[in-house]
Amino acid sequence: MTEGSVPVPAQPSPNPGAKPTRAGEPVLRMTGISKAFGAVQALQNVDFEVYAGEVVGLVGDNGAGKSTLVKAISGVNPPDTGEIFVGGRRVTISQPQDATRWGIETVYQDLALSDNLDVVANMYLGREDITPLGLDETKMEVETLRVLKQLDVKTLKSVRTPVAQLSGGQRQSIAVARTILRNPRVVLLDEPTAALGVAQTKQVLNLIRALREQGLGVVVISHNLADIFEVVDRVIVMRLGRRVATFDIHETTPEQVVGAITGAEFGAAAAEQ
Amino acid sequence: MTTNTAGSSEPDAISAESSSASGAATASANVGGLISRVRGLLGSDLGQLPVFIGLVLIAIYFQIAGGGFFLTPQNLTNLVQQIITIAIVALGAVLVLLIGEIDLSLAAVASLCGAFMGVLSARQGWPAWAAILAAIVAGLLIGAINGFFISVLRMPSFIVTLAALIFYQGLLLLVLYPQTTLPIRDDAINRIAVTYMPEYLGIGIPIALVVIYALSLVISRAARQRAGLPVMTVGQLAFRIGLVAAIVVAVLVFFDNYLGVPLVALILLGLLIIFWLITTRTRFGRHVYAVGGNTEAARRAGIRVVGLRIMIFSLAAMLAAIGGILLASRQVSAASAVDQTLLLSAIAAAVIGGVSLFGGRGSVWAVVLGSLVVGSLENGLDLIGQSTAVKNMVEGVVLLLAVLVDALTRRRNATGLR
Repeated sequence: MTEGSVPVPAQPSPNPGAKPTRAGEPVLRMTGISKAFGAVQALQNVDFEVYAGEVVGLVGDNGAGKSTLVKAISGVNPPDTGEIFVGGRRVTISQPQDATRWGIETVYQDLALSDNLDVVANMYLGREDITPLGLDETKMEVETLRVLKQLDVKTLKSVRTPVAQLSGGQRQSIAVARTILRNPRVVLLDEPTAALGVAQTKQVLNLIRALREQGLGVVVISHNLADIFEVVDRVIVMRLGRRVATFDIHETTPEQVVGAITGAEFGAAAAEQ
Repeated sequence: MTTNTAGSSEPDAISAESSSASGAATASANVGGLISRVRGLLGSDLGQLPVFIGLVLIAIYFQIAGGGFFLTPQNLTNLVQQIITIAIVALGAVLVLLIGEIDLSLAAVASLCGAFMGVLSARQGWPAWAAILAAIVAGLLIGAINGFFISVLRMPSFIVTLAALIFYQGLLLLVLYPQTTLPIRDDAINRIAVTYMPEYLGIGIPIALVVIYALSLVISRAARQRAGLPVMTVGQLAFRIGLVAAIVVAVLVFFDNYLGVPLVALILLGLLIIFWLITTRTRFGRHVYAVGGNTEAARRAGIRVVGLRIMIFSLAAMLAAIGGILLASRQVSAASAVDQTLLLSAIAAAVIGGVSLFGGRGSVWAVVLGSLVVGSLENGLDLIGQSTAVKNMVEGVVLLLAVLVDALTRRRNATGLR
């Protein structure tokens, strides 16, 4: 696939020299994604792409279709139309298991941890290691400790603590770390820093950087532009179910992004597909 | 057990609460610390200390009020015979409660499957093993039907199983028609309830199981040590093994002083161990707790929730069928009336034993303590000559208390450290 066949939206300020590393096939590419809930057109012909070793920020106002897009990728709510390519290969994602199979992992806004289970059980939920004698608890605990260390998560006292007793930042860290166990190619994070304190937010942003360093494609949905500007490489703006703008983070300002989100300024006119 | 984490949240919460109290509460902090340490020792599978204390108090009361008869080997053997059906149906109730659902049809299914076995045996002349097997399969199918409506058609389990309860009460009348009580004449069926094991089996099997349990603890501790994981101290290990061994030996001594270990007690023990292993050692069991804790999280983790729910309702109804078979065997007949208190006794036993009505918390061992409490109240109140009226009222109050404790525990966990 070449860039020519990929309809990338025009950038507000053309940068021919920007992002030479982003050439080639994205690790995840979606084209023409549409999704309707009854009369509401939640997504309208949306294209989306993320490259390996890149953090993409997905921003937009409430109802812009960010979460719907993520649910389309993760198989929770399959799209009505559109094509999904992983590493250039056309795939069908109609349920969460499909996304997992293609190496796409999602960390949900509502965390999606089981409060009554401990850290190890949550890390391995749905893909527990077993021996002929049952669950391989020793191996799972060792691996959990290894991944948490690899991601520099240090604040946990014991990985046998039920997650109900953990702080919000710790829970979010577990939810992010869990994706790593599956050796994913793409990790989607839906509002990873919502409801977190300053220190906890910093911890999670560090985690996101760690994911990028491992060569994964990372997608971060956030309302918080400060977080976006701190951690992402590229921002994709959605409004009313459409993708309206794409920015290189190093060549844009929060004002420009806000303009595109609200549709108030040049952003809308210049970047409309 | 390191595997069963559901329900093990109490120790830290308690110590956190008591240590956050003001200086005047140092004494209570010490007590809290002690309780927390004791609970840590007992582990989540055995950590039902308050219920155990309650059971001891009940036993002491009836021992005194009943003129010293309550704690005799004869009466305790009788008590175990009485609670077998409650305990096995309660085991089914535990499975359903663990996924946060309820099954009101368990007692009706028990009676129906008992009657089904009776009809196959007494009227159709089926051999005992075939009639029993057919009744168990019937239980599985009934549960699968319940599960289909609840899981696939997404109907509330409360209503589906209430409808099933009424339906199967009617079907029971139809199955037994024109009789209201069907005598069972097959000796092989009737003997199940009154068989006592010869000593080498009755004592040998439980002792062998304790040895296996001890070995598995030692081996898994060694494996964790090799992997560099934290392990319990040798003292804790010895305490846990010693406690289990002491309980088993005490029970065996009681049985041995009367007629021996009843076959039905070994059947119950076997079912408990099977379902304990399923719920704590398998992926299926882990997923059961996950679904009970957060269904949506389980679904998004790739767990097939629909099939799991159907499976749980099937297993629960199968257990109810086994309970019904043993009930029919004990009564040497199948009755057309569903035992009205069996359902509530079973659910009460599960909840008293620490299984949460809100899902995801509790252990299958809950049914042992729970049904002992329920059974002791019934048995003891009988001993001191109280009427059914009083028995019902006491049991209602006990059930209410158990649910209250469950609700308070849940609230404390919810407002934990977040």
